[in-house]
Amino acid sequence: MKGKTLIDKIWDRHEVRKLDDGSSVLYIDRHYIHEVTSPQAFEGLDRRGLAVWRPDRMVATMDHNVSTSIDPEIRRSTQSNSQMLRLAENCSRSGIRLFGTGDPRNGIVHVIGPELGLTLPGMTVVCGDSHTATHGALGAVAFGIGTSEVEMVMATQCLIQRRPLTFRIRVDAALNSGVTPKDLILYILSKLGTRAGTGYFIEFSGEAIRNMSMEGRMTICNMAIEMGARSGLITPDEITYSYLQNRDFAPTKEAWENALEFWKSLASDPDAQFDREASFDASLVPPMITWGTNPGMAIPIDATIPDVNDTALRYMDFRAGENLLGKKVDYVFVGSCTNGRIEDLRAFAEMVRGHQKAPGVTAWIVPGSARVRKEAVEEGIGQILSDAGFELSEPGCSACLAMNEDKVPPGSYCVSTSNRNFEGRQGHGARTLLAGPLVAAAAAVTGKVTDPRCFQNVKIQ
Amino acid sequence: MPFQPFHTLTSRIVPLRIDHIDTDRIIPARFLTSVESSGYEKFLFHDWRFHPDGSPNASFILNQPKGQGKILLAGRNFGCGSSREHAAWALFQYGFRVVISSGFADIFRTNALNIGLLPIEVEDQELDSLFETAASAPQIQWTVDLLAQMLIPEKSDALVNSQMAMPMEIRFDINAFRKRCLLDGIDLIDYLVLLKPEIEQFEHKLATWEE
Ligand code: SF4
Repeated sequence: MKGKTLIDKIWDRHEVRKLDDGSSVLYIDRHYIHEVTSPQAFEGLDRRGLAVWRPDRMVATMDHNVSTSIDPEIRRSTQSNSQMLRLAENCSRSGIRLFGTGDPRNGIVHVIGPELGLTLPGMTVVCGDSHTATHGALGAVAFGIGTSEVEMVMATQCLIQRRPLTFRIRVDAALNSGVTPKDLILYILSKLGTRAGTGYFIEFSGEAIRNMSMEGRMTICNMAIEMGARSGLITPDEITYSYLQNRDFAPTKEAWENALEFWKSLASDPDAQFDREASFDASLVPPMITWGTNPGMAIPIDATIPDVNDTALRYMDFRAGENLLGKKVDYVFVGSCTNGRIEDLRAFAEMVRGHQKAPGVTAWIVPGSARVRKEAVEEGIGQILSDAGFELSEPGCSACLAMNEDKVPPGSYCVSTSNRNFEGRQGHGARTLLAGPLVAAAAAVTGKVTDPRCFQNVKIQ
Repeated sequence: MPFQPFHTLTSRIVPLRIDHIDTDRIIPARFLTSVESSGYEKFLFHDWRFHPDGSPNASFILNQPKGQGKILLAGRNFGCGSSREHAAWALFQYGFRVVISSGFADIFRTNALNIGLLPIEVEDQELDSLFETAASAPQIQWTVDLLAQMLIPEKSDALVNSQMAMPMEIRFDINAFRKRCLLDGIDLIDYLVLLKPEIEQFEHKLATWEE
């Protein structure tokens, strides 16, 4: 018998029944909800006269349009947002645990799930948000769903899903210094494009992934969706277990031991067949940046813009053959479920320490969760930032999708550690350059697109 | 949301020849602040449809006479990006019942099927030829026959008399289960609710530490 992939192993464990066309009724272990994509699902349930069936398997947070300002006035004015009020109401009448604004466990859903030990290896995890792929970093089958499906899971804890095709991406060797996991995933995207993953779940493996922290792995899996994949995932290992141990909702004592034993069986068999494979050499990856309007339009930071897409060039007001280095930057955004974790803030702080924010730059440094913010303050990152002229915001999605007060004005350039550079994503007419936290730091203190590898030599005004 | 069964539909094709239309283009995030499930048609393709001052952009297809119809013909790779079902709602509430592309993002496809909006995937060359026909003979009506899985152009006299080649019929694939649901107007939630006893039994098999 042929070996099985990790994806298939988890899928098989959760298949309640198979339908004649081969799709599965799939049981869902963990269902996260937030304020934007859940109200219509609750309303739908009401219309059917149904209730939330397994509220204990659900967790809610407010993240997409919460204010991330540290000004209490601004925060108060958005707390009355009808979606947030509705979420609080819906959670309290359905018995769903909610981490609302101000709660020390509040934050972006894909940051708090792993951080609180609510996502565990071997689970099936869904949320009405495409970046649910992030949770795959823990060795879970985790994917985004639409609001009708949110309603389905609320009603029956199940979904009807086609079994995904499997795609293994192996990354050998090690990343060079000055290069982050974000650069690696942008590099892979630039090579494979934004359609390569359609219909697949991607298993990331290889030495570079094995040696990566959980934070880095989450950055990688987070952006699997930008390749068109339904999700990404990584085999759980010692790094996963030690990340999870003693987290708020992680199993303890005997349950922990049992869980560990199970988690250790979670790996693709050596003879497992994947539907598609690709491999990369991490040592070839430079710091990356995007020049266009989809995440696949990424280049090494010192390369020239290719002549491939007029519409994107026009929107960005760039020309083919140009170099991005030295281009003026108006905004810098560090945050989101891609790069809003403690490691990202550490990397950013390390780079800006002893420098000053460039005068023309507006910077939003937005922790992914209240806990990340607390850790950052306790570690002294808050101090380093304020010495350098930056301010640590309150947690939330913020400028990643510009639903709160953080919007990039038309025509302005923003170096952003988030995941999408679509037209208008960060505000109407906003021009987004996606990059990792080090490139963001170099831009924030120089006011220009700057290669973080030569950063020490850059003259700062 | 339960929906009307889908059998056949005849309409003109509205061509929107842009590749990689993402969900932020279909409906920008700033219009997702409502808790309602209707009213999203106003925001469909908002930043293409309207100038920054709110006036309609006459150069955008939906603001032109030839932009009327129930079948949207879009460029390659439609619906990538966010999981927002609002994108499918906006298209449906605007009046579209079918979207044709040579590729759909997985979540968009599922969202569309769940509300009764039919995503039809064709080959790249077929897509190109549909765009050509839509440009040269915009008045042609097409029939979408779900049971037969066919896209059929009307036999128009104007075309027969002209020098133009008749456009070809196109066969498309669709998942058998989804096809049955659309034809019969079966809603997946109703279906799953019937399985609850079986699901409950299944839950007993889950490991105790997972509870
Ligand atoms: S940070 Fe951005 S991508 Fe992540 S959940 Fe929030 S809006 Fe979505």
